[in-house]
Amino acid sequence: MREVPQTVIDIKKMSLTFHTNDGPVHALEDIDLAIEQGEFVSFIGPSGCGKTTLLRVIADLETPTSGEIEVDGMSPREARLARAYGYVFQAAALYPWRTIARNIALPLEIMGLSRPEREQRIRDNMALVNLTGFEKKFPWQLSGGMQQRASIARALAVEPDLLLMDEPFGALDEIVRDHLNEQLLQLWDKTRKSVVFVTHSIPEAVFLSTRIVVMSPRPGRIHTIIKSDLPRDRSLDIRETPEFLRLAHEVREGLREGHSYDE
Amino acid sequence: MSERRFIKNTAPVLVVIAIIVAIWYIAAIILNTPFQKDIYSRGKVENWTTLQLIKDTMAQKRPVLPAPHQVFAEIYKTTVLKKITSKRSLIYHSWVTLSSTLLGFLIGSALGILLAVGIIHSRTLEKSLMPWVISSQTIPILAVAPMIIVVLNAIGIQGLLPKAFISTYLAFFPVTVGMVKGFRSPRVLHLDLMRTYSATRWQVFWKLRWPAALPYLFASMKIAISIALVGAIVGELPTGAVAGLGARLLAGSYYGQTIQIWSALVMAAILAGILVSAVGYANRLVNRRMGASS
Repeated sequence: MREVPQTVIDIKKMSLTFHTNDGPVHALEDIDLAIEQGEFVSFIGPSGCGKTTLLRVIADLETPTSGEIEVDGMSPREARLARAYGYVFQAAALYPWRTIARNIALPLEIMGLSRPEREQRIRDNMALVNLTGFEKKFPWQLSGGMQQRASIARALAVEPDLLLMDEPFGALDEIVRDHLNEQLLQLWDKTRKSVVFVTHSIPEAVFLSTRIVVMSPRPGRIHTIIKSDLPRDRSLDIRETPEFLRLAHEVREGLREGHSYDE
Repeated sequence: MSERRFIKNTAPVLVVIAIIVAIWYIAAIILNTPFQKDIYSRGKVENWTTLQLIKDTMAQKRPVLPAPHQVFAEIYKTTVLKKITSKRSLIYHSWVTLSSTLLGFLIGSALGILLAVGIIHSRTLEKSLMPWVISSQTIPILAVAPMIIVVLNAIGIQGLLPKAFISTYLAFFPVTVGMVKGFRSPRVLHLDLMRTYSATRWQVFWKLRWPAALPYLFASMKIAISIALVGAIVGELPTGAVAGLGARLLAGSYYGQTIQIWSALVMAAILAGILVSAVGYANRLVNRRMGASS
């Protein structure tokens, strides 16, 4: 058996340039980042800073132009083929012709799991995101927040050690977002998974993360990495504490330094 | 049915039918008048009234345009009053046409889907096939139909199949075009999702592309089935007018039997209506299973 590496994601001097009709776009430049098992790391930055692109590189949805990247001790491609991660997109991306239960079954069918195993995992993960009872509903019958919870259940059903989340709550209203943030945190605490989370909300990043990666645009770089000492089990009240506000201030400063306002 | 639903759903349909029938009658009177006047002058009938003229224009044996009631009387006579096995039964002729329509439609849809699958999975196939697919439809079917019958007859294929092939020739095209678009309709997000699961091409096809393409399939099958009917009728013309609605049309025009032509035409229209609604019904069944919102 392969020894589980402590470092889940290891990126060294990685760059990615898109070649467009208007010339090359430096989406990512000189990224150095290591993420340990069990961490909750957020990428935060203004649009165009490459935070989503970086997540897509980890998921092997984009290929870097240069540099090195390892996911779970493998190349991103091998990690993808080994189904080492679960990916949650900005939109729920549920298939409209499948019920919620069958949407969660989708990756399990592709993995070739047996029917009892599939049903077990659907039941467990729907309970985990508080969707029990909605198995036979179609996506359009659910609210946006419930759809996104279903898509999280779908990612979790694969039982990955690593969860990649690309602004999963970006389209939701603040009350729902707060609620899902709390649930996500409990989930992370319970399952001890590693989470990489893309957001453009400072409170969300500070509330969720053990480390916050502040990025700056054109070219997309890591501006600074802020470590959080907040306890692992947090409630929403923590956002009123001086420690939280200090961290939020630090992130805001980092964003301000990294962003040029002369355009 | 409640009164409101009647006014909303049924009444407009009835009004349109009434208008069409009214126009038809007026046209029949106008178009048949010259010939009727000829008859009067040849028969030395001089004291005819307008009312009598109108009545007579709707009772000719070979009118330029038969009146609706003449056509429907003919249809009634050749469907209800004739045995189905009779060569004069319109139901028998409709069945002949229908069977080759359905066979051609099924082969055409299958061929259309297969071509689309090939085209979306291979750039080479797209470049090499698409021009042929398109140019095949620029050739008038009236020119191709006799060739297909003659060629197939030479290699010993007769009967239903050659006519069905002409339907196939017309029907595969909308299905190919529609399904190429349908198979390519999934959003990038849904395709990315499949990639994160490391799904194979076939898994992507069966679990994403195929269900996403189904609305396109039904839309193109509605076109395909109606032109398959046209193909079957056209296919019956060069076979020497043995049987089928096409044969009735041809025989009718040989002998100037306009009422027979029109009753075959109306029958073809009814058949097309039934076929298209059958596809529509299948569409609704599938939609319900796939959780459509209405």
